[in-house]
Amino acid sequence: MCLAVPGRVLDIEDRDGTRMATVDFGGVVKEVCLEYLPDLRVGEYAIVHVGFALQRLDEESARQTLELFAELGMLQEEFGDAWEMAAAEAGVDPVEEVRK
Amino acid sequence: MKYIDEFQDPELARRLLDDIHATVTRPWALMEVCGGQTHSIIRHGIDQLLPKEVELIHGPGCPVCVTPLEVIDKALEIASRPEVIFCSFGDMLRVPGTGRDLFQVRGEGGDVRVVYSPLDALRIAQQNPDREVVFFGIGFETTAPPNAMTVHQARKLGIPNFSMLVSHVRVPPAIEAIMSSPSCRVQGFLAAGHVCSVMGVEEYPELAERFRVPIVVTGFEPLDILEGVRRAVRQLERGEHTVDNAYARAVRPEGNPAARAMLEDVFEATDRAWRGIGVIPDSGWRLSSKYRDHDAEHRFPVGGIRTAEPAECRSGEVLQGLLKPHECEAFGTLCTPRTPLGATMVSSEGACAAYYLYRRLDMPTTTAREASPVV
Repeated sequence: MCLAVPGRVLDIEDRDGTRMATVDFGGVVKEVCLEYLPDLRVGEYAIVHVGFALQRLDEESARQTLELFAELGMLQEEFGDAWEMAAAEAGVDPVEEVRK
Repeated sequence: MKYIDEFQDPELARRLLDDIHATVTRPWALMEVCGGQTHSIIRHGIDQLLPKEVELIHGPGCPVCVTPLEVIDKALEIASRPEVIFCSFGDMLRVPGTGRDLFQVRGEGGDVRVVYSPLDALRIAQQNPDREVVFFGIGFETTAPPNAMTVHQARKLGIPNFSMLVSHVRVPPAIEAIMSSPSCRVQGFLAAGHVCSVMGVEEYPELAERFRVPIVVTGFEPLDILEGVRRAVRQLERGEHTVDNAYARAVRPEGNPAARAMLEDVFEATDRAWRGIGVIPDSGWRLSSKYRDHDAEHRFPVGGIRTAEPAECRSGEVLQGLLKPHECEAFGTLCTPRTPLGATMVSSEGACAAYYLYRRLDMPTTTAREASPVV
């Protein structure tokens, strides 16, 4: 949760007075708030944490970091199904648990 | 060099390692503050590639790990209430409170929901005006700005049924507490890169000077960590103790000024208990009085909850660098990710989880060092 993940801005829009973006994290696409990096542009990369862009990053650094986090399983931690993971850790049937 | 071929740039890794080997003349102990760094170190065997004189000690930088049991119990109490939709990041689900966790509360009928962003919880509050929506706001300086913005938005948009259970912690007071401990062995710090991407490096020179300890801002990739170690060791060998930024591509000296301004507005400093460690003065944030209406501790009767930490879990010593995970008697036997005694085993960024995940089959067992608490 504490790790921020680099992503690439796909598009930007103003939503209810808040600057929001669609961001691609190596294939996973999420809504991201740009209020802390208001001058970020489409095509640029930023370090994103829990739905907020926090700092700009160059493309090469972003790509390398994404590869590392994928390798460490951290993208799964960040974007995967938390209930399934928790069920697996608890040793209960994830399908049964998710059906609840 | 067991794992070096797995590095993105093995040649550069080898050059950095050669430089570290050539520089070191005596033993040094460095603490990596961030749990993400710990996982990268253990996964890539960086600690095993370094000269035997350089010891890496795991620090307290995992927000899930350091959230005190008492706060988990408050979360469980609030999440069990029928009028509440309790929203949390996924990695809090299996952190043990007293006797159960959020995952079990959901199994018992509690409306616990996992969100990716605190703004998702705010949206749930807008969509469910007849329910109380509570977001579990934990984390270091990286997570605090998103949570601060969410509370700010709740107030701005007038969403009365949204509140936050806040237990934020800050890195610099933790460094101060670690360095002030009589049993401290840390001689240099690899500071947490993403915390610094928000806060900048302005809080560190005073600490580096007062404790005469080098602080090198470091990223998470194996090469980042080797470079951080190289710079810290160079300083130590020269008798220097300055703040050095080895993660400049993501860390500006001033951090993120907009995020820092929002933190100032929404939060105020408070003493905070760290799980397994104890209370560290001024080490946390709580909502300022301006945002009291959105403070879950004011909205729900959880003020009386007081919980003592269990004695059998030694995660407090692990978090202070006084004990390596595998030196704990319960490691891998009584305590596993499926049956965690403490958060360091259950958190994806926890030091015990890193050892269990990557090293459980070849763990040597040694006798734990005598430890005295930080505070």
